[in-house]
Amino acid sequence: MEILVCARRVPDTSENEIVLNAEGSDIERDDLVYSINEPDNYAVEEALQVVARTGGTVTVVTVGGEDDEEILRREMAMGATHGVLLTDDCFAGSDGRGIAAILKAFVQRNKFDLILTGVQAEDGGAQVGGMLAAMLDYPFASLVNAIEVMDAGKLKISREIEGGNREISEIDLPCVLSIQTGINEPRYVGMKGIRAVASVPVPTYGAAELGIEPSTVGLAGAMVKRVDYFVPAAGKGAEMLGGSREENIEKLLELVAAKGGLK
Amino acid sequence: MGIEINPTSYLAQGRTLFLLIHWIGNLSFAYIVARRLQPLLRAQRDPRFDRPLARLGNVAKFWFGQWKHPRYRLAGSLHILIFAGFLLLAMRAFTVLIVGVSPNFAMPGLTGRAGELYENATDYAATVVFLCMIFAIVRRVVFKPARYAVPERFGKAHTADAVFLLGLIGFLMAADSLFSGAKAVFLARQGLPDHLATVLSLPWLFKTALASASLSTIGALFFSAYLLHEIVFYFLLCYRPFGIQFHVETSLFNVYFAKLTKGTIKPVRWGIDDANLDHVKSFGVKSFEDFTWKHMLDFYSCADCGRCSDNCPSHAAGRPLSPRFLSLKARDYAFEHYPMFGKAGNGEALVGNLYSEDEIWSCTTCGACEAECPLLVEYIDKIVDLRRGLIDDGNVPQSLQKPLKSLESRGNPYGKMEKKRAEWTAAKDFKEACPVQVLDKKNGADTLYFVDSVTSYDARMQSIARATAKILNRAGVNFGILGSAEKDSGHEARRFGEETLFLALRDHNTEAIQKSEAARIVTADPHAYNALQHDYKDVPPVEHISQTIASALDAGAIQFKPIPANGKVFTYHDPCYLGRHNEIYDAPRHVLDAIPGLRRVEMERSRDRSFCCGGGGLMLFYEPKEDERIGVKRVRMAAEAGANVIVTACPFCLTNIEDAIKVAGLEAEMTAIDLAELAEQQLESDSPASTAEALPELERELIAGR
Repeated sequence: MEILVCARRVPDTSENEIVLNAEGSDIERDDLVYSINEPDNYAVEEALQVVARTGGTVTVVTVGGEDDEEILRREMAMGATHGVLLTDDCFAGSDGRGIAAILKAFVQRNKFDLILTGVQAEDGGAQVGGMLAAMLDYPFASLVNAIEVMDAGKLKISREIEGGNREISEIDLPCVLSIQTGINEPRYVGMKGIRAVASVPVPTYGAAELGIEPSTVGLAGAMVKRVDYFVPAAGKGAEMLGGSREENIEKLLELVAAKGGLK
Repeated sequence: MGIEINPTSYLAQGRTLFLLIHWIGNLSFAYIVARRLQPLLRAQRDPRFDRPLARLGNVAKFWFGQWKHPRYRLAGSLHILIFAGFLLLAMRAFTVLIVGVSPNFAMPGLTGRAGELYENATDYAATVVFLCMIFAIVRRVVFKPARYAVPERFGKAHTADAVFLLGLIGFLMAADSLFSGAKAVFLARQGLPDHLATVLSLPWLFKTALASASLSTIGALFFSAYLLHEIVFYFLLCYRPFGIQFHVETSLFNVYFAKLTKGTIKPVRWGIDDANLDHVKSFGVKSFEDFTWKHMLDFYSCADCGRCSDNCPSHAAGRPLSPRFLSLKARDYAFEHYPMFGKAGNGEALVGNLYSEDEIWSCTTCGACEAECPLLVEYIDKIVDLRRGLIDDGNVPQSLQKPLKSLESRGNPYGKMEKKRAEWTAAKDFKEACPVQVLDKKNGADTLYFVDSVTSYDARMQSIARATAKILNRAGVNFGILGSAEKDSGHEARRFGEETLFLALRDHNTEAIQKSEAARIVTADPHAYNALQHDYKDVPPVEHISQTIASALDAGAIQFKPIPANGKVFTYHDPCYLGRHNEIYDAPRHVLDAIPGLRRVEMERSRDRSFCCGGGGLMLFYEPKEDERIGVKRVRMAAEAGANVIVTACPFCLTNIEDAIKVAGLEAEMTAIDLAELAEQQLESDSPASTAEALPELERELIAGR
């Protein structure tokens, strides 16, 4: 099976202190550490596990600049067959639809049986997967937490629905799936693995090669524009229980019951 | 003058048979050993042929001197007796074997008076070994010491095999003694001196019992005893390489080739320097053949005595690891996959088949197993090599992936910003009282305080950093820190098998340390100490703060005020990387004892038998399956010793022990404190260092001169 995983490089929320810049128009990016969007990493792991069972290749693609090549190399170190960077000055400032349009152009120039995205980008809105499927006229399933490859161009998938319940569906290939975290345990990639793929070429494609009209993507084509960043004011802190252990347990049970936590 | 008839000539009739037994026995043994050596020839290289004097020293101390044995008084004494008996009997065994085919043979140098003395000694040696075997069998069958028990997941009890082997040795001793006793009766019957005067020895008892037996009975017994001795001797010789008694043959080599350095980790591949590691395709141990030949020899040498696991904190806490079975399972693997006949080795993955991942991640690398092993079997290097294999294949517990990645991107396992590494120096009240300079081009200092990650970022542990700085300040040490230029020492990254990450951290820190131009390094973190001492090259000498405080006390640069008499009883917990791995046991105790009025007790498990707190560095992120926290066990030990304050000298120990006090519900009666914190609290407020002593030496001399 030929699988494409769409990935994105985001500020790593666990390793940064996100603060607004002076103008309030963006976050302060000078000291940020970036890494692959975590759900995308699960998607790559899932793709690798699928091809380990069925054979095939895994291609990881991202839309961005040369800095974003870093995550492609990390995923290649994980085992992805190819990394592809879609980059062009006119791509900058794309909204979700713009990104989906760029990816669609890349998909149409290749042949993939299955396209995976992470369930959402940590700095995004969970839009690209669905839009990409619509543009390609492919079936789409979101929040996928298990994939089983069936015969005759079908997958059996499980989707996480409210309350941790699962819904099992069949879906025709080719299709787009957005992958929920927890679907697997992504393998570790160390510096050794990354160094080993350091000299593997990563092909790049621009708007012209993809046949994209520059005005339809990027800031020019964006229909959703960011106007502000906002940090909510800190609310009231946690309530501290100050009694003896027994009293605290009593009080805690009371509080949990009052909020409907105990049935 | 009659011709002296050597009774051994009675053996002549069996000469052909004995010759045959010799040939079969010796050839079989040679074949078995050759097959056993087969995996060692396919193993990784391991250069252990250097420093012969140090190695012979080890042989003298640990093999001949049985140095580690008295640590287990009963079993150890028993072993020393058996070992001494075997050594004494070795020569006799050869003599007796040769006598069967060459009746008049005597070992050169052991004729006449010397020969008599030697025979007397061996009479008793055989008796002592025989009694030891009886005792050992009773001990294993009736008293069943707990450490010999085999947990269900590791298979069936080893008692039957142990008793069988003990029984065979006992039988061998009896047969040899019967042979001697019968021979003596023979000689006596001919009116010749029998020299068997070893009253109450086993041969003497046989001689006495046979005194009135007929000559033909004695002859038959004499012959049969010899034959049985032959058969059992060769059976044992050839059977030993199939079980724990192989250590009789391998121990000498195992001790000679033992690792000579403490606190170090073997390179990924011997003979490949760090710069060329990128060319190494596969890291660590994945299949059995990835072990070095010495590590395989370790497996053969394990005597199943159970002392490693008896001291292993992970095993005590019910984690899946048992160092004893790390060895025994690998030995059984070798036996199975390198059989006596047929094809050898299939190269299957060890983790997932022989070992579980949890087993390999459970080790805290505390070194208690290695400190205890009488045969100097190594464990930490094997664990690290197995982890390297897991890391290389991407098999890393999810809980460890984040901190490893943060070490790579931020230089600390918490993912905190680099620029906040020196934030502990900016605490209110502290900043003015004890300004700490960051060393750079403009600010130089003699001493570099290497803080390391946990002490830099952990809000609780920052108190150790401030205490350390204040002590250095008061002792008049001109020091500074690296600030944001410091990254994690990488000590744990290396011990968790992430060698490439470790090397990157080491190279970064080495450059930063060299740039600081400091002449020495001080640290309060034993893990950083161990890394700088053993894992780094080309950095200035490193000292642990306990040593710095001890020498400042001795030099009179600081003094302690008395501790109030408030019923506090202190005990010192030896951190593994300060104690066992670096043998710094006395400096911290010296510091504690220098505090007037401080009452200190020792825990039963102290110094090189110290019990790990649960593991530092990345181990704090690992979520092991265990029955009880290791730290909780340690806190109980302190309580048993009658202490109510646990003093340690490591930020990770403090973390684990403070947590464990809460988990054990002992908050009301037990506290923990770092040695640096305690020392700082007890600093005499107007100690001489803050006045005249703080002045440069020349000025002091000038003052004195006036």
